[in-house]
Amino acid sequence: MSARFVRLAEQGRATVSLTVDGVPIKALQGDTLMVALLTQGNALRQSEFDSGRRAGFCLMGACQDCWVWTRSGERLRACSSEVREGLDLVTTQPEATWPLHG
Amino acid sequence: MATARVVIVGAGPAGIRCAETLVKAGLKPILIDENRRDGGQIYRRQPESFTRDYRALYGTEAAKARDLHESFERLRQHIDYRPDTLVWNLVPRQLCCVSQGQHTTVDYDALILCTGATDRLMPIEGWQLAGTYSLGGAQIALKSQAVSIGHRVVFMGSGPLLYLVASQYVKAGANVAAVLDTSPLSKRIVALPKMLARPGVLLTGMKLLAQLYQAKIPVHLGIKPEQVLGDATNGVSGVRVRSAKGETLDTDCDAVALGYHLRPETQLADLAGCRMRFDEASCQWWLALDEEGRTSVSGVYAAGDGAKIRGADAAEHAGRLVAMALLEDQQKPVDAVLRAEQRRALAVMDQFRLGLAQAFPWPAEQAGALPDSAIVCRCEMISAGELRRTVSEKGACEVNRAKAFSRVGMGRCQGRYCSQAGAEVIAAAAGVSVQQVGRQRGQAPVKPLPMVIIEEPS
Repeated sequence: MSARFVRLAEQGRATVSLTVDGVPIKALQGDTLMVALLTQGNALRQSEFDSGRRAGFCLMGACQDCWVWTRSGERLRACSSEVREGLDLVTTQPEATWPLHG
Repeated sequence: MATARVVIVGAGPAGIRCAETLVKAGLKPILIDENRRDGGQIYRRQPESFTRDYRALYGTEAAKARDLHESFERLRQHIDYRPDTLVWNLVPRQLCCVSQGQHTTVDYDALILCTGATDRLMPIEGWQLAGTYSLGGAQIALKSQAVSIGHRVVFMGSGPLLYLVASQYVKAGANVAAVLDTSPLSKRIVALPKMLARPGVLLTGMKLLAQLYQAKIPVHLGIKPEQVLGDATNGVSGVRVRSAKGETLDTDCDAVALGYHLRPETQLADLAGCRMRFDEASCQWWLALDEEGRTSVSGVYAAGDGAKIRGADAAEHAGRLVAMALLEDQQKPVDAVLRAEQRRALAVMDQFRLGLAQAFPWPAEQAGALPDSAIVCRCEMISAGELRRTVSEKGACEVNRAKAFSRVGMGRCQGRYCSQAGAEVIAAAAGVSVQQVGRQRGQAPVKPLPMVIIEEPS
């Protein structure tokens, strides 16, 4: 899966290791979860209402389109949460979903 | 008498200048901010581990950004600063807050809302595809994280931010495929006299445009957005618009930054019972305020873009002015010269903002022209056709009624990105003015909260 975001500067930072859906990834210290995920993939999550993939929208904590979860079930806004060493993330909603639009 | 508890919500330009003015008068306000660091969105700080300098981060606004940040540093020990704290509801004289999953309440005697704004959006077919971002979001990606939202980015919409962010992307080395502006050149020429109120800002805007032409970025004016192209799995693959000449113009890209200037965050003021008014120039509902920032509710004040959209410079002046209004209401001395200065500066900015609204108008007519299949609510994938049926089949010609039937405005963003366009869709379908359709009421919690049930201790 190709990356969506492109790093343009500030690439000399220390790396941080985290796990996304069971797969270990490396990010840079100070990255938001959104940047960590979208510099290595093209989406953050699955829309609950159709077959579309989602990759966030507003980056300022207003649209709520970038939710991801910790393994223990805590919901995080990927645009406004920073990476932490050892963070174990899942990108599928832990609650039941209801596909209204097929 | 005990000292009045003064609470400011929002640590952007308005909130910081307000706090500063209150501290100078001997008060110790509580400053609550949802962000982890001060500066608001416009002067948002990069993470501590980043090294870009002010010039690289804020361009022509570098000196202002530095000054605001330094002012905040000086203030910090004199105020009760509570970052990373969301005010999610208010009841008379009390704010309900949540910080890192912990609920708290904060009592107030006077409240100053400096809650800022978010991008104002008009839907387009396909805007729900991954890779479509708000214009402000595209700017935050660059400013706060040093990334581009894509490998090839189209900037579409209208307003000063369109040119600012596009040129910031070019300067940072991103690949900008095109700038597509819905406003035609003729509107800008008509608006020139008003925009000359701030010749320096006008010149900066022209320089940005010149930089884009110099970098050979295609800039099209007077376009009509038709579709964000792509598919549900891979997201955006291009943008289709109709040019001013009426030709179809396709641009390949993997990201779109979309926006039409700003809309105010008024939910807390709404919950406090503050009166709103329809602003004819920008075609949206704003808080009803006196010239100094008093709302219709005693003890509740507002400043900055959350009160009146006039930009960051005006927010600093309005922040100082609203602080002086509060001091006066509490029978404390006010510096008359300083107050007159703020009012004079704001009068100029009022004139300029009318020019901007004329030069880069909100494209209301696009809502009526949206195909039935276009998604209005990105959160819950509700189409323009579904919203129109609430008008034609259920006679819902008022925003809140149509929301109840269609759920447009009821999803995760709580109407921030669909409600204004939704109102235009309803107005066009019902054949009434958008003002008559009304505005979506604020509801608590103003943002989604985590829900944790804790077992009662035995």
